[in-house]
Amino acid sequence: MMVISLSKDVMRIIKDQDVVPFRNRVKEKATKIKMGLVNQTKLITAASELVRNMLKYGNGGEIVIEVVSRGRENGVRLTFKDKGPGIADISLAMKDGYSTGKSLGLGLPGTKRLVSEFDLKSEVGKGTTVMIIKWANG
Amino acid sequence: MDRIPILRMGPFLLVTIQVDLYDRLALTLESDLVQMVNKTGARGVLIDISAVEIVDSFMGRIIGNIASMSKILDAETVVVGMQPAVAITLIELGLPLKGVYTALNVERGMQLLRSMIDLDEDQDEDEETDE
Ligand SMILES: Nc1ncnc2c1ncn2[C@@H]1O[C@H](COP(=O)(O)OP(=O)(O)OP(=O)(O)O)[C@@H](O)[C@H]1O
Ligand SMILES: [Mg+2]
Repeated sequence: MMVISLSKDVMRIIKDQDVVPFRNRVKEKATKIKMGLVNQTKLITAASELVRNMLKYGNGGEIVIEVVSRGRENGVRLTFKDKGPGIADISLAMKDGYSTGKSLGLGLPGTKRLVSEFDLKSEVGKGTTVMIIKWANG
Repeated sequence: MDRIPILRMGPFLLVTIQVDLYDRLALTLESDLVQMVNKTGARGVLIDISAVEIVDSFMGRIIGNIASMSKILDAETVVVGMQPAVAITLIELGLPLKGVYTALNVERGMQLLRSMIDLDEDQDEDEETDE
């Protein structure tokens, strides 16, 4: 079934103070489609992980925030695009505990567990794009 | 610059996180707290996160850091009031809050801290009665 975009916002992220307003925007959209509290919390936490990666590794970038529908389901789709160094080995980056930033390495694998759909594309030297969808009841 | 206030309550320090922490604010809190523990000789740190809607791996790491540094300075850390949705999310994210105790509310957290400190003092007293 096709995923249809019902509304679309774009936010530029360049500094860590941009994270809170971005999270608030995501919350607004999630509330609008009556997403429950636990799913909202999972979505915003996932979004928070990805925006941090974007700032830390990708020198910031752009996020597309959409309300989407598929059949009777409504959801929030977030697309994080940066023009950073890219990820050479995606399957390695998706492993729990793998980090080049002396961190916990939980962001990417944890995010995947928290959302309904997850897609990561990256090209070394060009940048990284991560797309997630959380269905209201998903 | 914004700062999160740290309250002194007897042998404990209490921090209530009311706002969404952005990274620099969280890092400031981490260093302020560790300095306060050092300066006051506090035996326990209570971090009230009942108003916090999102704990991501960054926040989790800050809390973990506070706990492990406080431990070195002989203080225990208790996180109180974690919302159920936050707790569920943290488990799925896979964040281990190592060395961090949790309690339902500030009151329970204080009880927990007191019981931990009492145990220590009992041991001290035992040593003293040997004299
Ligand atoms: N947008 C990005 N651009 C380039 N590299 C990235 C990007 N996002 C993630 N990475 C790489 O993937 C690794 C794993 O990311 P992940 O978010 O899982 O862990 P982390 O950010 O290192 O630690 P944590 O998220 O637990 O603090 C990172 O260490 C980094 O090398
Ligand atoms: Mg990360």
